[in-house]
Amino acid sequence: MNTQTLKNQTLNNVYWLVKREYWEHRGGFFWAPVITGGIFLLLNIMGIITAEVLGARNGINLGASGGLQHVIADMDAGDLSQVGFALDVAMYSAMGLLVVVLGFVVFFYCLGALYDDRRDRSILFWKSLPVSDTSTVLSKVISATVLAPIIAVVVGIVVGMLQLLILAVTLSFHGVNVWQLLLLAHPFRVMFNLIGYIPLYALWAAPAVGWLLICSAWSRSKPFLWAVALPVGTGLLVAWFGIMGLFNLPTAWFWKNVVLRALLSVFPGTGNLFGSHNTVAFVSSNGTDVLDLAQTWHLAATPDLWIGVVAGVALLAGAIWFRRWRDDA
Amino acid sequence: MSAVITASRLGKRYKTSVALDDVSFQIEPGRIVGLIGPNGAGKTTALKAILGLTDFTGELNVLGYDPRKQRDKLMGDVCFIADVAVLPRWIKVSQAVDFVANVHPRFDRKKCEAFLARTKLQPNQRVRQMSKGMIVQLHLALVMAIDARLLILDEPTLGLDILYRKQFYQNLLEDYFDENKTIIVTTHQVEEVEHILTDLMFIRDGRIVLDADMDAVGERFIEVMVNADQADVARALKPIDERQVFGKSIFLFDGASRATLEGLGEIRRPSVSDLFVATMKGTYA
Repeated sequence: MNTQTLKNQTLNNVYWLVKREYWEHRGGFFWAPVITGGIFLLLNIMGIITAEVLGARNGINLGASGGLQHVIADMDAGDLSQVGFALDVAMYSAMGLLVVVLGFVVFFYCLGALYDDRRDRSILFWKSLPVSDTSTVLSKVISATVLAPIIAVVVGIVVGMLQLLILAVTLSFHGVNVWQLLLLAHPFRVMFNLIGYIPLYALWAAPAVGWLLICSAWSRSKPFLWAVALPVGTGLLVAWFGIMGLFNLPTAWFWKNVVLRALLSVFPGTGNLFGSHNTVAFVSSNGTDVLDLAQTWHLAATPDLWIGVVAGVALLAGAIWFRRWRDDA
Repeated sequence: MSAVITASRLGKRYKTSVALDDVSFQIEPGRIVGLIGPNGAGKTTALKAILGLTDFTGELNVLGYDPRKQRDKLMGDVCFIADVAVLPRWIKVSQAVDFVANVHPRFDRKKCEAFLARTKLQPNQRVRQMSKGMIVQLHLALVMAIDARLLILDEPTLGLDILYRKQFYQNLLEDYFDENKTIIVTTHQVEEVEHILTDLMFIRDGRIVLDADMDAVGERFIEVMVNADQADVARALKPIDERQVFGKSIFLFDGASRATLEGLGEIRRPSVSDLFVATMKGTYA
């Protein structure tokens, strides 16, 4: 077999391994965001209906005489961009809930990815196929950091669009021109920003994905307990003995850069929230965009991100080694 | 043709026990080898070593590969059914076929579908909805569609009813086995495999205590049914086992002269299970 066909075979295997992960975890990867998005929209509709009913009961009818339309007509460019900004936030808000769900899904997926098949012994079936352990672990990393976020983002965009539509339709009952309003929003920029955030997420999540996968590949039982207890326990010891003092660093440094990175980096946005430079101010001063890629990707210029990637790769190498040699099935 | 498996001084020690104690053996192509031993004798460890699933000391060559270093390549030529119910419970029949078809270069999809058509399995059925017998039918259909040179079966029929067990071995013999393939099987249901085996290996406490082809076994071991009055004569010839049936004694001899034994009573070929019991006497004591 020459190297080219070998390479194609490996790519093909990884593709089918990722597909396999999707088959097994369709509940977490697909249905969890879809159901969350559905509930989000339902709650919104319920809220709007409640507001309408209460409004009608109390004799308030916004823009019954086309008042709201006049308000918009009277706005200057700056005001209009604020409206657009508010609509973008409405679109992002759906994503807000989905990223929390995504964080949980990825966290528990990684913990089980190299453990569940050892527990039910189906690892013996997977290992009877000519697939390398490196490809197997790689397929789990891709599923966690690429496949799951892409599905979440696509669902988020669809939900965001529907959210925008619901808002527009509601306002149209109050005499506001739907299309004029929608033109003020920037759905494509929102999409672009969300999709562009995925690679950043994958890089930022690397140490946590690596840590959770190595725990999953190594522990004989209760991977969750080990994954949480080891870093938290170490953190407590570090605090107790004041070890960080030796490096002239506060104990909080260890918690923030080791314990929390190892566990919580799988939650999207944590990089920009508690990364060392707090690059994103969620109150956007000029009303452009909260998740502008030019802002979020500042994170890529921080050593935090890249040290984490190096640590993540080392942990993954360990996970591959354990996957190959852990002998307990 | 060279040997399928060559093992020399194969060893594996766990913290508290020795699973393989410097074992050496060779398996030729076109054989069906029964690896038989009591629980904890080291059968599974030996198979795991062959499959590259565990580390070991000594030398081992499987189809020209070192299972420790070239596992991925080796698995292209080796198939393996651990025991029943190692197929992932969430997988559907169609997904299992799709997956194996796409990652295994030697898988013949048509063949697999033909095997499945003979069962009641439905493409949309999940493993968790199947009985043990159906799971093994699916696994066998997947494995038989792979043109592998070595098939390893570790207790493949554990917990199956007799219909499935018979069918399992029948399918293997009729539709799979040929002179280019080699099968290694471990099982406790010795009676079911003894007529299909070409070679017999007994393993006890990590050592191989018997390694012979079935013809040689028939030459070497002889069972004689002796009347009570001749029993002492027979005992003097140092049988390896003695048991009583209907007032007669049945003696099992290892390497005794056939002519002498014929003088004592009716001789016959011992069953593998009687041989096994005689060889393993005192294992759990």
